[in-house]
Amino acid sequence: MDNRIEKRIELAAPVSRVWRALTDYREFGEWFRVKLDAPFVPSQISRGRITYPGYEHVKWEVVVQKMEPERLFSFTWHPYSVDPQIDYSKETPTLVEFRLEKTAKGTLLLLTESGFDKIPSERFLEAFRKNDGGWTEQMKNIESYVAQKP
Amino acid sequence: MLRKSHSRIIARPRVHARVFAALGDATRLSLVAKLCGGPPRSISQLTRGSKLTRQAITKHLRVLERAKIVHNVRSGRESLFALDPEPMDELKKYLDRVSAHWDQTLARLKAFVEE
Repeated sequence: MDNRIEKRIELAAPVSRVWRALTDYREFGEWFRVKLDAPFVPSQISRGRITYPGYEHVKWEVVVQKMEPERLFSFTWHPYSVDPQIDYSKETPTLVEFRLEKTAKGTLLLLTESGFDKIPSERFLEAFRKNDGGWTEQMKNIESYVAQKP
Repeated sequence: MLRKSHSRIIARPRVHARVFAALGDATRLSLVAKLCGGPPRSISQLTRGSKLTRQAITKHLRVLERAKIVHNVRSGRESLFALDPEPMDELKKYLDRVSAHWDQTLARLKAFVEE
């Protein structure tokens, strides 16, 4: 099963413009809907808050990885870490990469998010609980199946 | 970027990690393929046609079992394995949501740089 997400989108704007929208922390915040505290710096943590209504309690925290001018911007993060009860910091993050290519119309943006298989599974128990009804049902099926075929 | 309807999903994405890890192996994927849409099968049946030993296949089945992708069914004295597609469906749904979220975010970026 594919455990990465890939997106391609053509933007009618020069590479330099897209690069600025990606890497200027105020511009990034505008379209990503996050208020960032400080500029992006490779291998440093970027912090802020989600500005989307109803999710202002959600902290934004990523580690900037690469900033290769007008080519590659990447960071690692914990996707959808919106539950304040959970400490996501110990979990292996996913890697988000924005790659830019010049085209006749403007810029081709390639986005990938990878590493979903590295996320640890402590909270698998939660899924077990959620599935409890289903599993109880299935256990009954197995029981009756076994009873019919002793 | 986030909608109320997403809150249930976004609060529990990491439950899928074990499923991803379990499926990230060619042998286990082939076992899943063998069980897909068919009746429960025994370890002997699943080992047939494979270069691996019965022991190795059993080990892979245990990994799939822990991820709740397969479950053990006893039929008399025989131990059979059956596929449970639910964890994989869940996984696909989760990735679809992350994917849809990126579509929305990138659409905002597009509007932002093209205005």
